[in-house]
Amino acid sequence: MSKFPFLTLLVTLPLLGALILAFFPRSAGELAKRFALVWTLVVFALTVGAWLAFKAGGDRFQLKDDYPWIPQWGVRFTFEVDGIALVMVALIGLLVPLIVVASWKTVEALDGNRSVPAYFALLLALQGMMIGVFAASDVLLFYVFFEAMLVPMYFLIGSYGSHQRRQYAAVKFFLYSLVGGLFMLAAVIGLWVLGGNTFDWHTLVEAEFTTWAERWMFLGFFVAFAIKAPFFPFHTWLPDAGSAAPAPAAALLVAVMDKVGTFGILRYCLSLFPNASKYFAPLAIALALVGIIYGALLAVGQNDLKRLVSYTSIAHFGFIGIGIFAFTTQAGSGAVLYMLNHGLATGLLFLVVGFLVARRGSASIKDFGGAGKLVPWLSGVFFIAGMASLALPGTSPFVSEFLVLLGVFAVNKTVAVIATLGIVLAAAYVLWMYQRTMQGTLNPALNEVPAMKKDLSVRELAVVAPLIGLILFLGFYPKPVLDVINPAVQATFTQDLGVSDPAPKSEAKK
Amino acid sequence: MDNIQYSAAVEYAAASGTLSSIWLLFAIPLASAAVLFLLGRRADKWGHLLGVASVVATFVLGLVYFFQLKGLSGNRSAEVDLFSFMPVGSLKVDFGLLLDPLSAVFVLLITGVGSLIHIYAVGYMAHDPGRRRFFAFFNLFIAAMLLLVLGNNYVMLYFGWEGVGLASYLLISFFFDKPSAATAGKKAFLMNRVGDAGFAIAMFLMFAQLGSVNYDDVFNGVNQLTQGTVLVMGLLLLLGACGKSGQFPLQAWLPDAMEGPTPVSALIHAATMVTAGVYLIARSNAVFSANATLQTVVVSIGALTLLIGCVIGCAKDDIKRVLAYSTVSQIGYMFLGVGLGGAAYALAIIHLLAHGFFKAGMFLGAGSVMHGMQDQVDIRRFGGLWKYMKITWITFGLGYVAIIGLPPLSGFFTKDPIILAAFNRPGWTGWLFGGAALLGAGLTAFYMTRLFVLTFHGPKRWTDGQHPHESPAVMTVPLVLLAVGSVASGFLMSTSVVDWLTPVLGKHAEEHGRLGHWTVTGMTMAVVALGLAAGVLLFRKGTALEEQPAGPVVTAARNNLYADTFNELVFELPGRYLTRALVFLDNRGIDGVVNGLAAMVGGGSGRLRRAQTGYVRSYALSMLGGALLVVAALMAVTLG
Repeated sequence: MSKFPFLTLLVTLPLLGALILAFFPRSAGELAKRFALVWTLVVFALTVGAWLAFKAGGDRFQLKDDYPWIPQWGVRFTFEVDGIALVMVALIGLLVPLIVVASWKTVEALDGNRSVPAYFALLLALQGMMIGVFAASDVLLFYVFFEAMLVPMYFLIGSYGSHQRRQYAAVKFFLYSLVGGLFMLAAVIGLWVLGGNTFDWHTLVEAEFTTWAERWMFLGFFVAFAIKAPFFPFHTWLPDAGSAAPAPAAALLVAVMDKVGTFGILRYCLSLFPNASKYFAPLAIALALVGIIYGALLAVGQNDLKRLVSYTSIAHFGFIGIGIFAFTTQAGSGAVLYMLNHGLATGLLFLVVGFLVARRGSASIKDFGGAGKLVPWLSGVFFIAGMASLALPGTSPFVSEFLVLLGVFAVNKTVAVIATLGIVLAAAYVLWMYQRTMQGTLNPALNEVPAMKKDLSVRELAVVAPLIGLILFLGFYPKPVLDVINPAVQATFTQDLGVSDPAPKSEAKK
Repeated sequence: MDNIQYSAAVEYAAASGTLSSIWLLFAIPLASAAVLFLLGRRADKWGHLLGVASVVATFVLGLVYFFQLKGLSGNRSAEVDLFSFMPVGSLKVDFGLLLDPLSAVFVLLITGVGSLIHIYAVGYMAHDPGRRRFFAFFNLFIAAMLLLVLGNNYVMLYFGWEGVGLASYLLISFFFDKPSAATAGKKAFLMNRVGDAGFAIAMFLMFAQLGSVNYDDVFNGVNQLTQGTVLVMGLLLLLGACGKSGQFPLQAWLPDAMEGPTPVSALIHAATMVTAGVYLIARSNAVFSANATLQTVVVSIGALTLLIGCVIGCAKDDIKRVLAYSTVSQIGYMFLGVGLGGAAYALAIIHLLAHGFFKAGMFLGAGSVMHGMQDQVDIRRFGGLWKYMKITWITFGLGYVAIIGLPPLSGFFTKDPIILAAFNRPGWTGWLFGGAALLGAGLTAFYMTRLFVLTFHGPKRWTDGQHPHESPAVMTVPLVLLAVGSVASGFLMSTSVVDWLTPVLGKHAEEHGRLGHWTVTGMTMAVVALGLAAGVLLFRKGTALEEQPAGPVVTAARNNLYADTFNELVFELPGRYLTRALVFLDNRGIDGVVNGLAAMVGGGSGRLRRAQTGYVRSYALSMLGGALLVVAALMAVTLG
């Protein structure tokens, strides 16, 4: 095992980059872009290194870096990842450089005089904090990153957002998250008091709590995560934030940041409060199930591309939710794989929508129509993103959705059957969206917009090609990722939660 | 009488030698599709040639594998596990392929008839600027269909299954700037997805009950399941089969699929997609044979759909739509066959193969007519074309004689035995289903005669400026080959293919039911003659050029027996209102409530306060609605 401090560097390098960028003069926009690209590529190379250094099937937690912080409180800088966290860190490492490239012209295109270096500084800061959230294994450290990452996203939406309601959306995003965070803070303090004056995750997993203490602390964490994920009925901030944020930032928001919620449920709610998790599982599944159908129906009814994609994500988070709370290996691994695949697929969808919106100057579906004739390649990529979003076999989301539903069915048929209706609704919202924007008679207004006649540029192609490649590769061969995820999920369910998979009915009979 | 299938365990032999490379079968067309997509316009000049070459190569390869398989002694099967696809816990799904007698005949049908349709399309699409894109989709279709029949487990089948759905969507909405084409593609995809959802749940049930979705595990495990479980599993698979094969109640997408270019109709309706449902049931014969109720449901759906197809087919004036409903009806016969079970499984498969020839031939013939008539599709506007396109006339005529089942053409050998088997079903239902199948034969003879006479004979009723002409050789040669197949395939297949399929579908003794072979043949010939005579007498002098007022039955048939109206009223309209109501509530209500809370907790942000004033009633309403939703979901969760 190398003792190379991958995780420490992965957290600090982006933050350092953000700091450097913050000192760039406003006029140095071009340089800032190039700097951000190179810097994030270095970070990406580091994530690749971390992925290779991680032994699938080895210890549950690996790549540990540990430094003292506030010894009086027992707080430490402890970073380590299990398979679940590793996958999310890798997703961040991959996505952020692509988002930097996708943002190349976004900032200038905005009205007013907004600083380009600051935009990229915020992106890098966000990257460092998000990696920190996934890599932390000290509860207070996790909480700090969890709250801190709100700040750069708040400014990305509020200062670089694309329409008049961006301030409203930013404030709403911030308040929702803050409220959730307060609940969590209370639970974190409770943990410290009841768990033996420590924030160390490993010690706290062993701690015993009274039934009621466990349930209250579970709720504190769960509310924060359910807002972040978001689950119904805490979801209404997402469509506003998703439509107001610049498309690349929105992609980062739904593709990665929201996954902190579902990741947190797995790592903190389930492992620290196993009994409460079992107690509240039916409620959590119910909320997630409502989200699947509700989010999909609302997506069908949207007239704004970015809001539509946001609502599809709410439906997808519902799938992740039922997958986590079904407590079977297939559903759990499926849910984690779903977190990755949703990041790839919806990330791609948001980025492509961003390309479209940038050309048309509007996200309203009415302003498109028949655009496939004008921009065939862009429309093809849009279609692929849509197919990934409806989990077509051959694209990676199929594998995760299938695993989730199969795993849920083994323990709760009704839920699985209702959730399966979601795949029909997914076809409806994707195909209808595609029909209204790309197919049919050409909207004459599009002919007036010169940008709508430019097909995918090389820069844009460079953004989407890696994502499409990965979506197709993992659609056919998900095993490398499953091998990393499976042990972590199994450990969470069997060691922390103490549940095992039901045996097939026909064997159980014998 | 009974199937020996599940008394002896199903076991597949590992592939060896040449057979271990069967993955090439779907990899070649897939690679060709990828090249055509990625090279874009650079491949416009030669893309169609690559497309044709890849499918022809696959056909040749298919033949090689077929003879390899034939040469195997004992267990004629070759199984290849390429790699581990979804290994999670006790779930083991491999990317595994299986070539056995059943998949081998499908491979030959798909690639053989598929090759001819590809060649034809070179001529048909010659002047279309999107020809390369068309061939990319065509190759993708073939690849998906081959994966569908070559999988050795249900997940692989599903993989190809949805791939076919995707390719059909792309092909049906090929002229995507035409709103009707875009809508038709979407409709096909959506109705298929409804079926796919059923199929998916069937797989979840297999895993929950048997711990596996592999063919051998499932088939060998069927006898451990309760009758109720078998019934549910079968019904779910059937839902998937109905979606893909355009059977009641999911038949409405199939005629709209005519929006695609004509070769698409030939491919979807003859050689590939719609036969997938029949394949699924035949492949799962161990499941379907294990429950009598299940078989009755399949038979009922087959009988009902074959009549629906015939009735609507009689009322349509669009040459492609008549053929489309005829497909719905012929697949109904196949469902009838696989539903009857026993020896009729193999009958359904040979009818499927024969149908692959004559229906592909007729669709391509219709395309040839359209080609010579400036894309006219209205049979009221044809007439007397036999003189101008002799090859099309003769080849179409042979397909026509084959489908109505006159001896010695293929339909006679493949459809009549299904009618016989239906009559010989024990109990009163035998009379019912046999009668339906017999009536269908008469109606088929009638509407196909109408189609044939109005198109090729009688007075000319052309629109102005028509100069009909025969199509080029690249189109007529496939027509001739398909006609040869329509003529000869029935006689050649009626025993050899049935024997060939025995290892998969089971060996069944000759059945002697209530009606003898010659009795049923005599009855069938009589109704066919009746339908044929009626068609000739009514239409030999042409028909009115405009739609005539008609009674309720014909009006209903013209409106597809109101299936679309039904779907619209029951699903689309309520769906639209529900969606609108939810959008309203979400914007005003749930958002408002939480905003209000957030504003209070967050210390009173003025902005949020302002945003939430004045909607108190809708908050209350949506709080109630939201609470009800959660309660309903909780109840669903506790149902388990």
